Amino acid sequence: MTTAIVNGQEIEIQANERLNCIEVARLAGVEIPHYCWHPGLSVVASCRMCLIQTGTRNPETGDISMVPKLVPGCQTPVKDGTVIVTDSEVVRESRARVEEALLIDHPIDCPICDKAGECLLQDYHFEHGQSERRADIHPFSSRRRDVGPTVTLFVDRCIMCTRCVRFTREVSGTAELMVSARGAKEEIDTFPGFPLDNKLSGNVVDLCPVGALGDKDFLYQQRVWFLKKTENVCGGCATGCSIVTEHNQDTVYRLKPRENQHVNKWWMCDEGRYGWHHLHDETRIVEVSRRNDTHWNTVEWTPALSQVPKDLHDAGRLGVAVSPMLTIEEAWMLCAVARAIDPDAYLAMGHVPSAGNDESFPGGFTIRGEKAPNRIGIEMILSMFGALTENSTVSGWDDFLEQVQTGAVQSAWITAGYPTPEMSWCDEQTAAIFDSTNCLVVQDLFHSPLSKRATWCLPAAGFAERNGTWVNSGHRAQTFEQAIRPPAGVWPEGRVFWNLLGRQGLYDPESIRETIAKNSVGFAALSGDIPSLGVDLRLQQFAGT
Amino acid sequence: MKSFHTFRPVLLEAAGIEDGFSIESYRSRGGYAPLEKLLVEKKPAEVVELVKSSGLRGRGGAGFMTGLKWTFLPKDHPGPIYLCVNADESEPGTFNNRILMEDDPHQVLEGIIISAYATRASTAYIYLRYEYPKSWDALQKAIDEAYEAGLLGDNIHGSGFSLNIYLHRGAAAYICGEETGLIESLEGKRAWPRIKPPFPAIEGAFRKPTVVNNIETMACVAQIARRGIEWFQSIGIPADPNNPRDPGSYGPKLYCLSGHVEKPGCYEAPLGITARELIEHFGDGVWKGRRAKAVIPGGISMGLMTEDELDTPLDFAGPGTVGCLGLGTAAVVVIDDTVSIVDFLHNSCRFFAHESCGQCTPCREGTSWSLRMLERIRAGKGRLRDLDLLTEIGDTMGMMPGSTICGLADGAAWPIKNSITKFRNEFEDYIKQTNPTGYMETDPVPALPIVTTH
Repeated sequence: MTTAIVNGQEIEIQANERLNCIEVARLAGVEIPHYCWHPGLSVVASCRMCLIQTGTRNPETGDISMVPKLVPGCQTPVKDGTVIVTDSEVVRESRARVEEALLIDHPIDCPICDKAGECLLQDYHFEHGQSERRADIHPFSSRRRDVGPTVTLFVDRCIMCTRCVRFTREVSGTAELMVSARGAKEEIDTFPGFPLDNKLSGNVVDLCPVGALGDKDFLYQQRVWFLKKTENVCGGCATGCSIVTEHNQDTVYRLKPRENQHVNKWWMCDEGRYGWHHLHDETRIVEVSRRNDTHWNTVEWTPALSQVPKDLHDAGRLGVAVSPMLTIEEAWMLCAVARAIDPDAYLAMGHVPSAGNDESFPGGFTIRGEKAPNRIGIEMILSMFGALTENSTVSGWDDFLEQVQTGAVQSAWITAGYPTPEMSWCDEQTAAIFDSTNCLVVQDLFHSPLSKRATWCLPAAGFAERNGTWVNSGHRAQTFEQAIRPPAGVWPEGRVFWNLLGRQGLYDPESIRETIAKNSVGFAALSGDIPSLGVDLRLQQFAGT
Repeated sequence: MKSFHTFRPVLLEAAGIEDGFSIESYRSRGGYAPLEKLLVEKKPAEVVELVKSSGLRGRGGAGFMTGLKWTFLPKDHPGPIYLCVNADESEPGTFNNRILMEDDPHQVLEGIIISAYATRASTAYIYLRYEYPKSWDALQKAIDEAYEAGLLGDNIHGSGFSLNIYLHRGAAAYICGEETGLIESLEGKRAWPRIKPPFPAIEGAFRKPTVVNNIETMACVAQIARRGIEWFQSIGIPADPNNPRDPGSYGPKLYCLSGHVEKPGCYEAPLGITARELIEHFGDGVWKGRRAKAVIPGGISMGLMTEDELDTPLDFAGPGTVGCLGLGTAAVVVIDDTVSIVDFLHNSCRFFAHESCGQCTPCREGTSWSLRMLERIRAGKGRLRDLDLLTEIGDTMGMMPGSTICGLADGAAWPIKNSITKFRNEFEDYIKQTNPTGYMETDPVPALPIVTTH
């Protein structure tokens, strides 16, 4: 065990932990302000905001000898007996001076800056800066230039922490950004003809501690203090990045990654980051409708929910495609509903969208080719219901199509919810297979050739509009909350299935999760509270056996 | 009779000799023979011991013990180990490396080969300043001659020791003279000094152990190998027996005398000659019969000595006793009594604001802020408060207070601190005279646009 002393307070850390002074101080509840240091990037120790005083305590005598000069906390490793002083007069003065220096060339255009409200320069100046400006007043210009298709740079707001430069070199491995010129004239820039255009480029905006790098998608859309934050999971691919959905009045404004060392570290990809626009797409299905030959009748939810099971039951053997976009709770309820309608119901995995191969980056981040967040979870649920083929794998979408084609299934319930308004997930040819069914229920976000053939067309909810649990490609189950309400007329699947099961009150995923955890060894870990970083289902299984 | 009266130049032996830069001339003066002898007779560790016990201190500016630096290399490292020779001589007023490279490049090469042998480096890089095309030609010619003579390349003279020397030309940045900045630049990166530790001896160029030494240090190594430790220690100022941390200042030193003297030039003298002796004896006094107002002891970053302080010995410890940063590169620049110290400081600030690499906030903003203030003061809008601000900037930026990664900011701070402490009256008079109505102002005032430096 290693003991460090932070402002007189003793902190015990594991001997094998390689922590710097910032991290150890954080353990002690003391914040050492810093700009250039980021745990996911190399240490440059150049912003000099984290200057502190350190020393060593002699283990025998207990005497403390201090280093005569200030040292950067980010660069100083903590050993046994390290003394950290962050609140002395010298340290405070040094911070005030760094703040003063950073503001010499800064335009201080907070009223028109998107970062205001979540800006480290603002926060630190308020806490550590001095109220008086001693530097000459310099006429400023906040020059703006695009550095890539998604990111724009406000040149004069930059404090040259070089986090973005290091990100493109160390994490995305694309090295588009660089520092040009020298001294106080230096700027972040791209190489001519090579804009910042990679699949992780949006992260540089999150990394920027000030308002220099702006996300064009979010620019001037909303003041950050109006945004509410909900911990969520990205539904873009099987990685299942931990994210924060930032929204106001049921409108999502941006997604940001949430640190999760087991999944996405600090990052997320641009595809996921900007993959929320479909939620507010005007072409979404927002009402329940029943087809009467070529005519569609809008039906209220309550009568629809009593009619749909009857129609499905009367049409013949039921087949249900369980979408990998559903949470495990929803999938479990769907299977239960299906078995209630037809005890012999055929259950299969819905269509699993995919796009190319997995793509890994030097920083240890992977974008999966499988564009669904919960295939593994759905497979586990389906196997709970015994929906297995001869070789004990879960039936897939192709198996389902075959069952319909051979006439083994005459009534079909397809859950979908794929976030691709511009390109339908189901083509005409595949959809035509369903012409033979007597009753077809399609539950989707957007119309497709399949929904046009449906007897019942039900709206589905998007990722931020549902709550529950997804299991990612690494068998990590992450629960998340509903961030926004779906558009008027849309009931999230959970609510629909809850009502179909005849349960009372509001949809309560926790009770369903408890039931699942009790009835399946694979899901045993989901019992009780789930940490915000999720649980690894495999580890718990091994522990159980 | 002072020692410098009888001192005969050693490092500058070839200066003025016709064809002195050729390998034949160097051999005729006894060159390369010590190397050939040493390759046969001495083991690398013995050469390190030789240089260490000679008390040779690095001539690049910091005055660190050369032999001691070599011992920091990891023992039994599988290699490669690199030797980087710092010829990025950019300190204003300094040109001793240039003289050595142009007039006697083989002396430098011999020193490099000996040093590489001692440090077991099989590759040496000479990082040459961009503005030295003649040095480039001279060094390249000398390297070619050495290869032809079998003094470079594989298995030199059958000793089993191999060395290749590459000449690398910088792109004209002052910061490339900082050893880790040099290494970064050599690797093809932006010359942003690295954080230390690890020091280059552990992890330097291409992440391998690296020694960085100055050109003049290399020449001194060659002379130590030729003339021995006793000769070397007979010159200069011995270590202070009362101060165990003083390693002394031994050996000859090239002093670059420039500015307002009658005979500027690069002169070789024993370490410890005073600034006044240098100016009077070698420079024929301050020009036009004027008085010196101030003298820069060793490059602009070392600060200023006043006329009263000219009797300070210019050894590694001397300038520090009068508030200067150190001996630096021993580039003595004389400023006569007609020069305004405000102008001097403005010039100095302009240089450092231009050359700050921009990595650390205190240096990047401090150098530019001080330049901005000096611009304003010279434009007749100075305030007395600016002097306090300038002093505060000077006191708080640099490696010494711990606020920067490298020493550039210390170099920028010393002229500011020295000028204002030693010539405060002149600054105050200047500000009061040029800004009679506003010199007491304390609120922030508009800055003037900075005149571009290029």
